[in-house]
Amino acid sequence: MSADFLYGVEVVLNGLMAGVMYALVALGFVLIFKASGIFNFAQGVMALFAALTLVGIMEGQVPFSHLINEIFGTEIHHFGWHVPAILAIFLTLLVMVAFAWAVQRFLFKHLVGQEPIILFMATIGLAYFLEGFGDLMWGSNIKTLNLGLPQGGSRVIEDMTAKLGGDDFYGFFIDKLDMVATLVAIVLVLSLICFSQYTKQGRAMRAVADDHQAALSVGISLNFIWILVWSLAGLVALVAGVMWGAKSGVQFSLSLIALKALPVLMLGGFTSIPGAIVGGLIIGVGEKLFEYTIGPMVGGATENWFAYVLALMFLVFRPQGLFGEKIIERV
Amino acid sequence: MFYREAGDFKTSYDADSQTFPIAFDRYRYWVVLAVAFLVIPFVINDYWANALLVPFLIYAIAAIGLNILTGYCGQVSLGTGAFMAVGAYACYKLMTAFPDISILIHIILAGGITAMVGAAFGLPSLRIKGFYLAVATLAAQFFLVWLFNKVPWFYNNSASGQISAPERFVFGIPVTGPNTEAWAMYLICLVFVTGSAIIARNMTRGSMGRKWMAIRDMDIAAEIIGVNPLRAKLSAFAVSSFFVGISGALFFAVYLGAVEVGEVFGINKSFLVLFMVIIGGLGSIFGAFAGAAFLVCLPVVLKLIGVDLFGWPPDLVAHFQLVIIGLMIMFFLIKEPHGLAQLWRVAKEKLRLWPFPY
Repeated sequence: MSADFLYGVEVVLNGLMAGVMYALVALGFVLIFKASGIFNFAQGVMALFAALTLVGIMEGQVPFSHLINEIFGTEIHHFGWHVPAILAIFLTLLVMVAFAWAVQRFLFKHLVGQEPIILFMATIGLAYFLEGFGDLMWGSNIKTLNLGLPQGGSRVIEDMTAKLGGDDFYGFFIDKLDMVATLVAIVLVLSLICFSQYTKQGRAMRAVADDHQAALSVGISLNFIWILVWSLAGLVALVAGVMWGAKSGVQFSLSLIALKALPVLMLGGFTSIPGAIVGGLIIGVGEKLFEYTIGPMVGGATENWFAYVLALMFLVFRPQGLFGEKIIERV
Repeated sequence: MFYREAGDFKTSYDADSQTFPIAFDRYRYWVVLAVAFLVIPFVINDYWANALLVPFLIYAIAAIGLNILTGYCGQVSLGTGAFMAVGAYACYKLMTAFPDISILIHIILAGGITAMVGAAFGLPSLRIKGFYLAVATLAAQFFLVWLFNKVPWFYNNSASGQISAPERFVFGIPVTGPNTEAWAMYLICLVFVTGSAIIARNMTRGSMGRKWMAIRDMDIAAEIIGVNPLRAKLSAFAVSSFFVGISGALFFAVYLGAVEVGEVFGINKSFLVLFMVIIGGLGSIFGAFAGAAFLVCLPVVLKLIGVDLFGWPPDLVAHFQLVIIGLMIMFFLIKEPHGLAQLWRVAKEKLRLWPFPY
C-alpha cells in the first residue's frame, strides 16, 4: 500500500477521534434541548468553567483571589493544599449541580413559556456571565490540567503499523489522549443511554422531553427533572472540558468548542443522542479529509468553515438533520 | 391630555396614512431631528463622538437591518458580522478602484453589493427554518471571514492583510482618514441613519412589511393566502443586508479607518447586533435605536465606574463588564422579553390616558 493512501487512512482515523471530541460537546446540547427545548449556547463556557474549577480545586487556588486582593489589599493566591484528582472531580461535580440549581431557580423559572429565541438569548447572556464569572473566580491565565492522562503519540501503534507502508512510511500517529477520549466518550454515552432507558429518572426525563404538560399530569416534577438535566449537561461539560483542556490547556478558547459542536448538532439533529455521535464522526472525518485533500489548494485553514458548509448541504436535503424528529408544521 | 388622537382630524389621505398620526409624536420627531442636525455638531468633541455617538449611529443602522430580517421576517441570522465585512470590503475596493467618485455613492453601492450577497446566502432559508437557519448563517459568517483573509484581491495584496480607508472628502470636508473632525464623522453617519430609518420605517409599514410579518407569524398560512415565500424571504435578506452593508462600510471607512477582518467582523459582532435587536425589541425601528444605545453606552459606563471611580486594574474591570453585561441581558429578558420598544409602547399607552389611570 502506498504511503499516500496510508496517510489518508491516518487522516480518517484522526478525523474519527476529533469527531468523538466534538460529539462529547454536542451531547450536552442535545440533553438540554431534548428535555426543555432550550438551545444552551452556554454549554461551551460551562465546559470551560468546569475545567477551571477542577484545576482551581486541585491546585488549591483561592476563588476570587484577584478581586479580594484588589479590595482588601491582601496578597493571597493559594490555600497551600493539593486535592487529589478523584476528590476534585467529585467536588467539581457538586459545583456543577449547584450551578444547575441556580440557573433553574434564578433564570429559567422566570422564562417558562417564552419563545425559543428568547431562551436562546438568555443562554447567550448566561454564557457571557459565566465567562466573566469564571475569569473573576479563577483568573484568566492559561492553566495546565494534570490528571495523569497519557499524552503524546502512541509508540505501540506507530511500531505496529510501520510495516504496512514502504520505506518512507513511519506508522500511524495516533494520540494516546485521543484514544482515552474515545474510550471515555463511549463509556459516557453508554451510561447515558442506560440511564435514560432503564432508570426511573431517566424515563421521567424522556417523558418531559416528549410533552411537558403530560409529564406534569403524571406527577413528574418538571423542576427536578430540569435541574437533573442541567446537572447531566454539566457532567458532560466537565468531561468535555477535561478532555479538551488536557489537550490544549484550560483557557478562554475552550469556550469556542461550542461553535465546533453546532455543525454536529445541525447534521445529527438537535434531539438525538446517536445523532450527536454520528454527526460528530461525519463532521470530524469530513473536516480533516477536506483539509488534507483540497485545503492546500485554497490556502489552508478551511477547518473554520467547512464543517458548517457540510452541515448546511446536509440540511438542505434533510432539514431536520439525520436523526432529528421530523419537523411537522401545522397551520 | 396632550398625547391624544382625539380632536386631531385628518383632512387628506396623505395625512391619514402618515407615520406619526399623533401630533405630539410629530413634534417630538422634528425636535429630535433639529437637535441632532443643528445642535450636536457644534457641541460634539472627539471623545463623545468616538466613544458613544458614532458607534451608536453605525450600530443603529446594523440593528435596523437585522431587525428587518429577524424581527419583521422571523429569519434568525447570525451572519451580521460577515455581512458588515462584505460592506466594508466592497466600499474599500470601490474607493481604491474609483477614487474620483464620491464616497457617498460608494457606500450606497457597497450596500447594494452586500444586498446581493445577502440574498445569495439567504437561499437556504427557503428550506431551513428556526435554529437550523441560525446555525446555517454561521456558515456564511465563518466562510466570508475566511474568504476575506485568504484571497489577496480583497485586501489589494497588502502585506499585513489589513485594509485601510484612503482619505476622502465630501463637499471639501474630510470624512475618512486622520484629519477627520468629530462633527464630520458624526454628520455623515447621521445622514445615513436618518435615510435608513425613513426607508426602513416606510418599507415595514407598506405591503412588503406586511408580507414579511406574515411569513414570520406563520409561513405556511402566508403561502396559502398568496404571499410568495421566495420573494418575501429573499427580499428580507436583501434589504436587511443592504442596511448592514452600509453600516459595515461606515464602520470601516469613517469610524475605524483600518480593519483586520478576523477581530472586527467576527462572530462577536454578530452576537452584539443580535443582542441590540433583542434588547431593543424585535419588530420595531425604535427598538433598533434603543438597543444600540443600550449596548454602546453600557460598556463605557461600566468602564468609567470601574477604572475611573474605583481605580481597579483594567483586566478586572473587563471581567466585571462580561459579568454585568450577561446579568443585564438575562435580567432584561426576564423582565421584558419584548425589549425596550415594548416598554416604550406601554409608556405611550399610559401617556394617552394620562392623567386618568385607565
